[in-house]
Amino acid sequence: MGFLEIRNVTKAYGNVEVLHHVDITVEESEFLVLVGPSGCGKSTLLNMIAGLESITGGEIAIKGRVVNKVHSSKRNIAMVFQSYALYPNMTVGQNMTFGLEMHGVPKPERDRALADVAKLLQIDHLVDRKPGQLSGGQRQRVAMGRALVRNPDVFLFDEPLSNLDAKLRVDMRTEIKKLHQKLRTTIVYVTHDQIEAMTLSTRIAVMNKGYVQQLGTPKEIYDTPANIFVATFMGSPAMNILPARVAMADGRPQARITDAEGTERLLPFSQSNLAEWEGREILLGIRPEAITDPEGADRKSTNIVALANEVGVTEPAGSDTYVTMTLSGKDVIARMRADASVAPGEVFNFAVNMEKAVAFDPKTEERIKP
Amino acid sequence: MSAASQDTAVSTGRVTRTFLYLVLILFALFYLLPLYVMGVNSVKPLSEITGGNMMALPQIWTLAPWRSAWSTAQIGVEPTGLKPYFLNSILMVVPAVAISTVVGALNGYILTKWRFRGDTWVFGLMLFSCFIPFQIVLIPMAVVLGKLGLAGTVSGLILVHVVYGIGFTTLYFRNYYAAFPTELIRAAQIDGAGFFRIFWRILLPVSGPIAVVSVIWQFTNIWNDFLFGVSFGGTSQPMTVALNNLVQSSTGVKEYNVHFAGAILAALPTLFVYIVAGRYFVRGLMAGSVKG
Ligand SMILES: Nc1ncnc2c1ncn2[C@@H]1O[C@H](COP(=O)(O)OP(=O)(O)OP(=O)(O)O)[C@@H](O)[C@H]1O
Ligand SMILES: [Mg+2]
Repeated sequence: MGFLEIRNVTKAYGNVEVLHHVDITVEESEFLVLVGPSGCGKSTLLNMIAGLESITGGEIAIKGRVVNKVHSSKRNIAMVFQSYALYPNMTVGQNMTFGLEMHGVPKPERDRALADVAKLLQIDHLVDRKPGQLSGGQRQRVAMGRALVRNPDVFLFDEPLSNLDAKLRVDMRTEIKKLHQKLRTTIVYVTHDQIEAMTLSTRIAVMNKGYVQQLGTPKEIYDTPANIFVATFMGSPAMNILPARVAMADGRPQARITDAEGTERLLPFSQSNLAEWEGREILLGIRPEAITDPEGADRKSTNIVALANEVGVTEPAGSDTYVTMTLSGKDVIARMRADASVAPGEVFNFAVNMEKAVAFDPKTEERIKP
Repeated sequence: MSAASQDTAVSTGRVTRTFLYLVLILFALFYLLPLYVMGVNSVKPLSEITGGNMMALPQIWTLAPWRSAWSTAQIGVEPTGLKPYFLNSILMVVPAVAISTVVGALNGYILTKWRFRGDTWVFGLMLFSCFIPFQIVLIPMAVVLGKLGLAGTVSGLILVHVVYGIGFTTLYFRNYYAAFPTELIRAAQIDGAGFFRIFWRILLPVSGPIAVVSVIWQFTNIWNDFLFGVSFGGTSQPMTVALNNLVQSSTGVKEYNVHFAGAILAALPTLFVYIVAGRYFVRGLMAGSVKG
């Protein structure tokens, strides 16, 4: 049995169901990230775990205890809000110990807990300040500190980094990850930033329109997305999706596509069961980093295919150069090494790593599993 | 706010500024004139008023009119001065302001942070109560006070003013608390604070500006009210009614100097409240409309 179990949970506002039959099990000291586009129900699910929203159907259990009817203060959870939600009239220290005070913890013990956590987060010099006198990053730390002093069973984070500037966000991301590795706490973390999801989590639940689309490790989600939504939502730039027809050649299934000039090309699949799809349309998914210059191709791959095609636009991005081209009438993005010499308009010899290619059923948009 | 006015002051030329100040001084004089007239005439003997210039400074300075207004002037049939009525007013206004402000704060808290089905309707109806003219409620109120046995008492007046004021105070606090982030309430709930604890520890400490608005508004309205006082005051009439009786008495000589002193006495408490709390007043009214 899991540490935190979400069993067949639904949420409805009036007649509108915004969460449909969510099933997630979180093990102790796991870092689960709920990720999805705006309005998909991430915050709603988190608030239900926190006890701030009622549960319409199903049940949520923490450490084996069903908490549907348990008040949030009795669930032994702590939450970090997007706006930090620091009490403006209290000092940092009072903010952090308010929860302990409400739970009747005596003052000396509160002070000890405060000192420990403040030291851990390096905010010990700030405890007498008011939240209004702190920078965004400091407020963020205090908000985390307030959650930490409670020593809860489950930490809940609702987009805690979205109010920080890009640089600070990356720093705090690392810091949260470090903290998790050090304290081994159980965390449920909401974000709509897929990079945050990939970097922080031990497992990811990708959500869309109130459904959990896929639940898995970052690698599973990235390499074997369950459907087109997950494939295009996770990863930046997004996975290239292009229509292709399955044909048999050299005894293996191949994706028949057209290049920029309209000439037919064959890309051999590594996935053998696609033979069943011979003659039918599929959607071929290739990540930008699987289309490279020959020198940049993955040496460990057993299925690198050469593909000459006209270069559309090149976008040097410092660490890489992105190249846009046309395949099967779609814009396709390829990721070159930064110093690959590609010029717009010329025909370039790309290397496609077909080992990483995935195929989707165009009707259901589900991935065709091997 | 002050930064913005400094900006404009810097960019305006000298001539315009002088002109602006002249106009402002003129207006100020215009508004201060009545106060001046009341002031100087309340410290002269009556003969100086009836016999001469209202605008002149007194030739003989005297505090007799003040003493008379306070403790010996004929109010109705009794020569009690305004003192007992002043006390009545204080006894009425302090609890009425306190109760209506506290109830308004609680209402605002509930209507924004503990929302329930139909809460907008409840608020709409309370808002509606702000637009009900005094005259309409006179008879129903008289009946209610009679049934409660509060007719003609200070408690009755307090009840009337609380009921009438709750609409306004609720409006103030609701709008103020609407801008207060709900996430803070949720954080406090997770921290284990209950309904009153959240109100007391989280919300009230930041309610200063709007509480000042509510207090000033309620104080001025209740202190200056005449209609409810005269209708329901009975034997415990407030200052306003007494002042009217003093000024309107048709017997004897009209002691203008005493009247002036009485009028100033009646205005003093509101003046006091404005001076003490006034600078928060504007700040409170602006709160919520501007972020930060
Ligand atoms: N009180 C409510 N009444 C009706 N619908 C609501 C209510 N609260 C949320 N919803 C709906 O529930 C859905 C999920 O909302 P939720 O806040 O969980 O989204 P989210 O995934 O957190 O999005 P974001 O990334 O923008 O924060 C949305 O479609 C929203 O419109
Ligand atoms: Mg959200």
